Amino acid sequence: MLRRELLKTGAFCVAFSLASKNRQAFAKSATPADAGNAAFSPNAFIQVLPDGQVRLTIPNVEMGQGIYTSEAAILAEEMDLGLDQVIVDHAPASPERYTMPLQATQLTGGSTSIRGSWDVLRSAGATARLMLINAAASRWSVRPDSCEAKRGVITHIESGRSLDYAMLVDDAQRQSVPDVVPLKDHRRFTIIGKPWQRTDTRDKVLGATRFGIDAQPPGHKCAAVIINPVWHARPRLQNAPLPAGAHEIVALDDCLAVIADDFWTASEVARTLSVEWDYGRCTPFDTAQLRKAMNHAASNAEALTARHDASWSGRTPAESAEYEFPALAHAALEPMNATVACRKDELEIWIGTQAPGRVLDAAHRLTGFPKERIQVHNHYLGGGFGRRVETDQVEQAIRIAMKVDYPVKVIWSRATDIRRDLPRPPFLDRISAALDDDGFPIEWTDHITGCSIFTRFAPQFMREDGVDPDTVDGADNLPYSIPSVHVRWTPFDMPDERPIGWWRGVGPTHNLFRVECFLDELADHAGIDPYLYRARLLQHSPRLLKVLHLAAEKADWHRPLDQGFGRGIAVGKAYESYVCAVVEVDATSTSEIRLTRCVCAVDCGVVINPNTIVAQIEGGLIFGWTAALWGELTYAAGAVEQSNFHDYRLMRMNEVPSIAVHLVESDEHPSGVGELGTAIASPALANAVFNATGFRCRRLPLVPAIAEHVQSNSGGLKQRLDNLVSSFTRQGGEP
Amino acid sequence: MKSFTKITASLCVVAAVVPIAVVAKNMLSRDPEISAPDIAPSSELIARGEYLTRLADCQACHQVKGGEPFTGGRAFQLPFGTLYSTNITPDPETGIGTWSDDDFVRALHRGVRPNGENLYPAFPYTSYTAISRDDAVAIKSYLFTLKPVQAPAKKNELLFPFNQRWGLALWNGFFLTDRRFKPDPALSSKVNRGDYVANALGHCGECHTPRTLAFNLSDRIYAGASLEGWNAYNITSHKEYGIGAWSDEELKRYLLEGHAPGRGTATGPMGEVVEYSLRHLKADDASALLSYLRTIPPRPEGFVANVKESSMMTAASGSLPVATDVIEPGQRVFERNCASCHGWNGGGVQQKTAALKGLRTIYDPSAANLLQVILHGTESSALPGRSTPMPPFASLSDGEIADLVNFMRRYVGSGGKKIGAGDVADAREYQH
Amino acid sequence: MRSTFTLNINDERRTVTAPPRMPMLWVLRDLLALTGTKYGCGIAQCGACTVHLDGKALRSCVLPVGDVGDGHITTIEAVGRTDNGEKVQRAWMEIEVAQCGYCQPGQIMAAVALLNERPAPADFEIDAAMSGNLCRCGTYPRIREAIKLAATGKTDAMRTLVIGPSADSEVKEP
Ligand code: FES
Ligand code: FES
Repeated sequence: MLRRELLKTGAFCVAFSLASKNRQAFAKSATPADAGNAAFSPNAFIQVLPDGQVRLTIPNVEMGQGIYTSEAAILAEEMDLGLDQVIVDHAPASPERYTMPLQATQLTGGSTSIRGSWDVLRSAGATARLMLINAAASRWSVRPDSCEAKRGVITHIESGRSLDYAMLVDDAQRQSVPDVVPLKDHRRFTIIGKPWQRTDTRDKVLGATRFGIDAQPPGHKCAAVIINPVWHARPRLQNAPLPAGAHEIVALDDCLAVIADDFWTASEVARTLSVEWDYGRCTPFDTAQLRKAMNHAASNAEALTARHDASWSGRTPAESAEYEFPALAHAALEPMNATVACRKDELEIWIGTQAPGRVLDAAHRLTGFPKERIQVHNHYLGGGFGRRVETDQVEQAIRIAMKVDYPVKVIWSRATDIRRDLPRPPFLDRISAALDDDGFPIEWTDHITGCSIFTRFAPQFMREDGVDPDTVDGADNLPYSIPSVHVRWTPFDMPDERPIGWWRGVGPTHNLFRVECFLDELADHAGIDPYLYRARLLQHSPRLLKVLHLAAEKADWHRPLDQGFGRGIAVGKAYESYVCAVVEVDATSTSEIRLTRCVCAVDCGVVINPNTIVAQIEGGLIFGWTAALWGELTYAAGAVEQSNFHDYRLMRMNEVPSIAVHLVESDEHPSGVGELGTAIASPALANAVFNATGFRCRRLPLVPAIAEHVQSNSGGLKQRLDNLVSSFTRQGGEP
Repeated sequence: MKSFTKITASLCVVAAVVPIAVVAKNMLSRDPEISAPDIAPSSELIARGEYLTRLADCQACHQVKGGEPFTGGRAFQLPFGTLYSTNITPDPETGIGTWSDDDFVRALHRGVRPNGENLYPAFPYTSYTAISRDDAVAIKSYLFTLKPVQAPAKKNELLFPFNQRWGLALWNGFFLTDRRFKPDPALSSKVNRGDYVANALGHCGECHTPRTLAFNLSDRIYAGASLEGWNAYNITSHKEYGIGAWSDEELKRYLLEGHAPGRGTATGPMGEVVEYSLRHLKADDASALLSYLRTIPPRPEGFVANVKESSMMTAASGSLPVATDVIEPGQRVFERNCASCHGWNGGGVQQKTAALKGLRTIYDPSAANLLQVILHGTESSALPGRSTPMPPFASLSDGEIADLVNFMRRYVGSGGKKIGAGDVADAREYQH
Repeated sequence: MRSTFTLNINDERRTVTAPPRMPMLWVLRDLLALTGTKYGCGIAQCGACTVHLDGKALRSCVLPVGDVGDGHITTIEAVGRTDNGEKVQRAWMEIEVAQCGYCQPGQIMAAVALLNERPAPADFEIDAAMSGNLCRCGTYPRIREAIKLAATGKTDAMRTLVIGPSADSEVKEP
């Protein structure tokens, strides 16, 4: 029997749905049979086990963002449990049952986990608590409100009688589900708001955590794949003898898999194998051609209107600019991998995925096995960042596994991981503004050109007017008070319809960059301090104004800086949260831009675990700076040129500035933080670079653009002549 | 551009002098061309030919990186344009399959193809001319045992007037001394054998001897020269500028294993020489080569690898640098990209071959080889301690690489003039 | 081409048969099932595979098994048995360094080697020892803090509350 019995008999179970649109809890005392009830389709379960532990089964995936602990904290808070009394479980893959709110499938991404589960998890917890109290009260024949609960024990205050939740399992089962359940007042929170250690921390520190790549089912072998970095190229098969060390070579239509006892041997054989490729329908484009094509599309192709304010009249803009964003790799530290055992009529998959539901669907599609015969063992993820919502790699592993009769672990080498990434797409955005006499925008025109991810990934999320809501997120919902706004989007397709994908924030990361840099340009044009300029435009966005002032104050915004140093600010709303970052840079060296300091203010509603939120912001900022400074996939002859960390550069320890994150106290609904830092990092940095150097960088990444700028401004010919002379003097090895 | 100027200038000089006497002398002292019917190759001849092919290092040039051996196609970036090596497998159409022994010998001795076309002296016939006919035929016999591969030659990209092959006849008149090797009776047979291995077969001078403005080898034998962005160092027996202070053991390890601790690690073109040629040297040939190198007159040219000078590196530990007042940008580049393999005390963390201590590469004031290694990395090799390649760091910016180089040189105490981003940009122009 | 090696790993003798060029990373992971040591790049650029050879941090992805000889290999699975290892792991938990956690075994091994050499490292020494280790999740600020905490017992960083009966019943301010 493959599928684990989900609901053990003998437990009091509250099933509830994280999927409901109106975020009302459908809490119900349920048995497994009820779970199929049409009117009520729960996707999360609270079980009070006979041993007194409470098990929370939720469909989210932990990938370092700390949601398991946060969700346990929410439940413990409302159920009056100790945090140590809650066990959180990965739900098995089952999209029907574990569909995620805000995602429409069983998937973790887009900073939606806490956003989607806060209300329902609270009311489910409170419901369970109330039912347990009702059960105790009726057993004692007292009024429920004369009882109180603490750490899973219900006490009748007057008599001092008490019962554990575990003793009430059967009674509670028979209680009717209350219609109205009061939630705890925020001021009475004892668990929420405290920096709890995450449940996964200990194992991660001890090296005991099992990631997908660590799965070693008995009898498994390892596969290294040879995939041409040019998409759609097909290997030409030759009948060569099996090289020593290889167990088998499996050919698929787009790759070869060398299978050996260990991954290194497989890779070594793969390295020496020369494979001929059929490039039939591949376009051998390069980066310059890609940029040209985007430019062409931006100027000529039809644009869809994402927002059109009636008052917008198309006045001549006073300022306009073009911003360009490259394709970006995910480069999660754990390379893509999946282990698959394909047996006669069943399939077992070991993987770390953000989207167990998609994996299950894909496996079903490829094998034709009924979903009950497919088991997805989800593991911890060595970084997700939107890469592990995709199923391309596991699909390949399944296709390989279908051809062999043992479990096979397919690991992508780092080079394959980068070259066959589904990258964050490139964008080319044109923005302009007409200004009033004081230099503030009265008309704002924004035109985005770029690929749509939703079209492929989840077409049901496309807007009715045909606009991809993500592509324009952060552009059509500007927080600034600008009288008339016009936003358009021109869809663009990568050559050969190469797939592009999610990243740590897609829409907001490029839209916030452009909007915040362009506002800086306008402030500069108006001769107004960029912080004060923003403050004036944010008069009607109190939460943004608050983070803006907080960050500026904590960063000591008006303190003068030395020559060659600079300070930049950016503010924005993304994933329902509000954030402002102030970045300081040292640009005194000609060869590098050093970040020296960052102050960040965040309002993400109720703070569930300050420690994990700050960690997410710190990590997000670093992720964003990495991309802003160096991130770029370039193409030559249709293939990605980068292959590993020596040429796809990530920020390192000695490049990270001091970071201070200030959280705003708030009673608002909690909101996303995973991608928030990433979105705000790059504009704050670029604005600081401008402040330090006077160079306005409109094409990311910054470092090559700055180098180009320096070169073209360094006396050109004279420098070349100097080089010529110096190269003569150092040739020939003469004394 | 710069090279073009240099060559044009040199041609003018040559033209101005017109030393007809040289031509006359060279012509007169030619060895007569001996013609003989093709020899039926025996297995001993083929085996000897294989060894000689290695000593003559044919493969390194007649193959592109990672390509099929001996099929040619490798680019040579010379001052006057780019040349490509050709296919020397016995393919009748695109290789040398139709060549007779005489044809092959003539190509080696005089740089002439069977159809009378002159070869460019990137093919080192000015050295191979000293190879005996027997040895040349042995090499050919071996090459004819290779699998014939269809691989048409790539078109050379040369500037005028260098694309005119007839000009080479004139050049040969000046600079080709068409004579077989004659042992010097005053020297031991060992030294003579070493001379033959080094100059006739190994053609060491083609890289290590500086050229004159007319591009022929000067008489400053093995004093060091630069080509394709790399410096071939001074290997005269000078104790400071050359390899005079190297112990026999060090020299032998360098030649046979490509690494002499505290002295140097062969990478780039020299790495290929070790990989394809020198590591196959038989013991007696190796010691003959060594004895010969010891006889090269010292020349104080180039630079001194002053290992003894005190430095921040010697004061550092294996895994941590010494404290400094300010941390320069280059140090940060080093700690991000280099330190985990190379170590802070120059000892080499991962493998001993990654040791930086004493390397001439770091002391060379031009930083030519250092830049090439940083930009292109190294290949993985079967040589001891060389299984791990070094990745190329070309994605670092010119400024960062310049910082890195300046830091490394200050750090090891070699000092020297700082290089700038422009030098790195120049070094990038060489594609390997 | 395969040879048999008797290795000293985490104070146990382990015998493996492998080609001498096989990197220790894969010997550990695939032959000995010690999967705490991670693969990130295979070219000594990320540090996820860091182990100790006689107390010094090395990248196991480029450490051929044939070069190890009698050296003592320590991996993340056993580093906690050493004083510094224990201290570092405790500090790592106390200020919650890990996010996805994938790079952390390597980070911890590098940090322990640093403390083995320098019990109270200066900032520039932390940079020098740790800049070879990548963390895609961006945990660097906390790595720095955790090293200082392990070295000095002091930190300005937010400390976590360990989940347990005592911590719950009496919530302390951080
Ligand atoms: S896997 Fe060894 S350093 Fe990255
Ligand atoms: S914690 Fe995820 S890579 Fe470091």
